[in-house]
Amino acid sequence: MKAGVIVFPGSNCDWDCYHTAKTSLRAKTEFVWHEDESLNSFDVVIVPGGFSYGDYLRSGAIARFSPVMNALVDYVNKDKGLVIGICNGFQILTEAGLLPGALQKNKHLKFLCKNVRLRVENTKTPFTNKCQSGQVLEIPIAHFDGNYTADKETIEKLNKNKQVIFRYCSKTGSVSSSSNPNGSIENIAGICNEARNVLGMMPHPERVADPVLGGEDGEYIFSSMAGYLKK
Amino acid sequence: MYLVRVFVRHKKGILDPQGKTIKDALHAMKYKGVGEVKIGKLIDIKIEAKSIEDARSMVNEMCKKLLANPVIEQYTFEIEEI
Repeated sequence: MKAGVIVFPGSNCDWDCYHTAKTSLRAKTEFVWHEDESLNSFDVVIVPGGFSYGDYLRSGAIARFSPVMNALVDYVNKDKGLVIGICNGFQILTEAGLLPGALQKNKHLKFLCKNVRLRVENTKTPFTNKCQSGQVLEIPIAHFDGNYTADKETIEKLNKNKQVIFRYCSKTGSVSSSSNPNGSIENIAGICNEARNVLGMMPHPERVADPVLGGEDGEYIFSSMAGYLKK
Repeated sequence: MYLVRVFVRHKKGILDPQGKTIKDALHAMKYKGVGEVKIGKLIDIKIEAKSIEDARSMVNEMCKKLLANPVIEQYTFEIEEI
């Protein structure tokens, strides 16, 4: 298996993702510079977190026009493999139109850096097939613009197609406004596209995919992907 | 040469946390009668174009592609020859 981690000017979770791709996906892993124009050799492409282009204008807005993004759109449309966008990666995927909606400033205008709980809403995806339905994962967030927003029709469609993969929840798995850290509509923390080959999520599974990092819940996502690709 | 002044605002119905915080601050400062506050972006662009129509269509394209995110934002612009 081969994984590519895209690096934009300002990416800062690229090495974490590289480490996780090697240890959790057990993939031969390479960095892909944002000016590269092909991703076809990869089974997995990771769009990592950070502050691409300083988050100027809007998070992800400038990165979305990097040459590698044309390659990524082509990769997704031709179903060449799995794409996971984490934090700034999720923002870039929405700006590029690979995932619906947008991420705007957190409701309380604070940069949030803490562990949160996520309820797994759909286990029939390449990213969550090793999870139990309703399982609660503890994964950290670290963002200013994580407030998921979309119009009513888009939210209805996401719910109908079971594209909402994670919602912020309490320790016991209940989803309410008190377990919503950033004001996201319906506590949405992660979604996939209709074809189920692109996942975007604000929390950072790569930061808890190794016991030495103090948690392993992120491992469920990467081992799900590895299991899916080995089939 | 044209000077274009682009205004990017939140779409109606989209929560604007910064606007709300400013409103709360103005209330705390005892400014009575302050209603909804919305924050947006102002982008000035100088453009070389054959005509004002050409400049206008260029700016429309720029706004749709990059300057505003149609999911949450709307834009307007003013244009003048300089």
